[in-house]
Amino acid sequence: MTRTLLIIVLVLLLGGAARAERLIVSVSNHRVTVTPNYSGEELVLFGSVERDATTPADRTAYDLVVTVMGPRADMVTRRKERTFGIWINTDYRQFLQVPSYLALFANRPFDAITSPEIARRQQIGINNVLLTQRVGGDYADVVPNDAFRSAFIRLRTQRGLYREDAGAVTFLTPTLFRTGIPLPAEVPIGTYEVEIKLFANGAFIGKTETAFEIVKVGFEQFVATTARQNGLIYGLATAAMALMTGWMASIVFRKD
Amino acid sequence: MQLYLPIADLPVNVFLVLAMGAAVGFVSGMFGIGGGFLMTPLLIFIGITPAVAVASVASHIAASSFSGALSYWRRRAIDPALASVLLCGGVTGTTLGVWTFTQLRALGQLDLMIALSYVVLLSTVGSLMFSEGLRALMRTRRGALPSRRTHNWIHGLPLKMRFKRSKIYLSVIPVVVVGIMIGFIGAIMGIGGGFILVPIMIYLLRVPTSTVIGTSMVLTLVTMLFATMLHAVTNHLVDAVLALILMVGGVTGAQFGARAGQKIRGEQLRLLLGLLILSVGVRFAIELVIRPEDLFTIRELGVSG
Repeated sequence: MTRTLLIIVLVLLLGGAARAERLIVSVSNHRVTVTPNYSGEELVLFGSVERDATTPADRTAYDLVVTVMGPRADMVTRRKERTFGIWINTDYRQFLQVPSYLALFANRPFDAITSPEIARRQQIGINNVLLTQRVGGDYADVVPNDAFRSAFIRLRTQRGLYREDAGAVTFLTPTLFRTGIPLPAEVPIGTYEVEIKLFANGAFIGKTETAFEIVKVGFEQFVATTARQNGLIYGLATAAMALMTGWMASIVFRKD
Repeated sequence: MQLYLPIADLPVNVFLVLAMGAAVGFVSGMFGIGGGFLMTPLLIFIGITPAVAVASVASHIAASSFSGALSYWRRRAIDPALASVLLCGGVTGTTLGVWTFTQLRALGQLDLMIALSYVVLLSTVGSLMFSEGLRALMRTRRGALPSRRTHNWIHGLPLKMRFKRSKIYLSVIPVVVVGIMIGFIGAIMGIGGGFILVPIMIYLLRVPTSTVIGTSMVLTLVTMLFATMLHAVTNHLVDAVLALILMVGGVTGAQFGARAGQKIRGEQLRLLLGLLILSVGVRFAIELVIRPEDLFTIRELGVSG
C-alpha cells in the first residue's frame, strides 16, 4: 500500500509538464478459465493515451510496448553431450524466478522505438528481459547470445510460451490502441502481469499496469491439485482404483 | 476424442491409449507377464515423460496382476508362504527403488538411467530367453529329453524353510534377494518384473510350474501397489486418468491374449517373447546412440508466487 502511494507520488512529481499523458487500459477478460477441452485463446487489451492541457502540442506520434509476464518459476535447462558414444545430460543452468509466460508486443520494431540504452533499462525486447541464472554461486543474467539463455528462449518460444511481436499493437486512432494476447493450450495457471510502456520520439514517458488471472477448472484440475497436495490420499485412491478394475475384470471375464 | 492428462500435462487421444493398453494386455495375457516393459516404452514413445510413464504404469500393472492373481488364487495356484517371503524383499526393494528414482530425477539423469536399464536388462533377458527357446525347440525336434539338474548351490544356503504348497525346501536368503531385486528394478523401470521373476523362480529356485506364475503375480501386485503409493507421495507423478484408460484396455486385451496363448506351444512362446523383449531393448539402445533432435531440455522446478 505504502509502495503504491509512493509510486503515485513519484509519478506525480516526475510527471509534471513533460509527462502529461495518462494511459488507460483494460483487458477483455480479467479471469480466464481453462476447461479440459481448452485449446488456447486470445485476450484483447484495449487502451487509450489521454492527453491534457500540459501535453506539448507537437507530440502526436506515440509508441507502445506491452509486456505480459506469467507466474514466475524456477527452471533448469540441461544440455546433452556425447559421452562414451551415448547422449547424456552433462551441463545445466538454473534459471531463477523467470516468467513461465512472456510476451512482448509493440507497434513497430523495438529498435525503431527507442535507443538501445533505454531499451536495455526498460527491458524492451526479449533479449533485454532479465532472466536471472545461477552460475555457480553467483546470480546474474548473461549476454543474450549465451547458449543456455538462447536455448531456453527458443524452447519456450516453440511451446508458444515466450513470444515477441513488434507489429501486434495497432493504433486505431492516434491515441486509441489495441493488441491481442495469445494464450496457448498449455498455458500456466496463475496471475499474469501486463505492463504498458509509452514512448514518444524515442523517450520513455510513462507506463501503467494491469493484470489478469488464469484458472483451471474441471475434473482434470481437481486430479492435478489433489495429486500435488494430498499425495497419500491420491496414491491410496489410485491403488484402490487399480484393485477395483482388476477385480471387476476377473468377474466379467470369469470362465468357471 | 482428445483428453487432457492432468499429471502428464498433455492432451492424448483416448482411443490410441485404449488401443495401446489392449495391445499390451493381449501380449501380457498371451505370455503370462505384466507387460510393463512394453507399456512404459510405448508411453514414452507417444510423448509422455519417462518419469510419469514409469509411475503411472505401476498402477496399471497392479490392476492386471490383481485380476490374474484372483483367478490363480481360486485355482489354489499360489503359495502364500513363498509369496510372503518374496514380499519382504519386494517391499524393501521398492522403497530403495523409489528413493533412487527421486535422487536420479533431481540429478537430471533419470531419463538416461531408465533408458540404460532397459537396454541392459532387456537385451540380456531377451537374448537368454531367445537362445533358450531356440535350444528347446531344437531338442524337441531331435526328440531328446531336456536335461535337468535337481540341485544347485542355492540349495546349500542356510535358513531353510518348508514351502508346503510348492512342495520345496529352500533357504529364505535367495528368495528375499530376488524380491529386493525385482522390487528395485520395478520401481525404477516401471515394470512388474514377471518376465525376469518367473525364469529365476523356475531355473534357480526350482519352484514348480504349478505355483510359479500365481506366486510371482502376488509379488508383482504388492510391489506395484506399493510403488504407486510411493511415487504418488514422493514425486506426485502418478497420472490416475492415464492409468485408468490403460487398465481398462489392458485387462480386456489380456483375456483375448490368454486364449491365443493356449494355442501356441511353450517353446515357441518363449522364443517369441525373447524376440519381443530383445527388440524393445535394441530400440532403446538406438535412441541413446543417435543424436537427439534438441540437445537442450527444460524442466520446471515448480511455480511459486
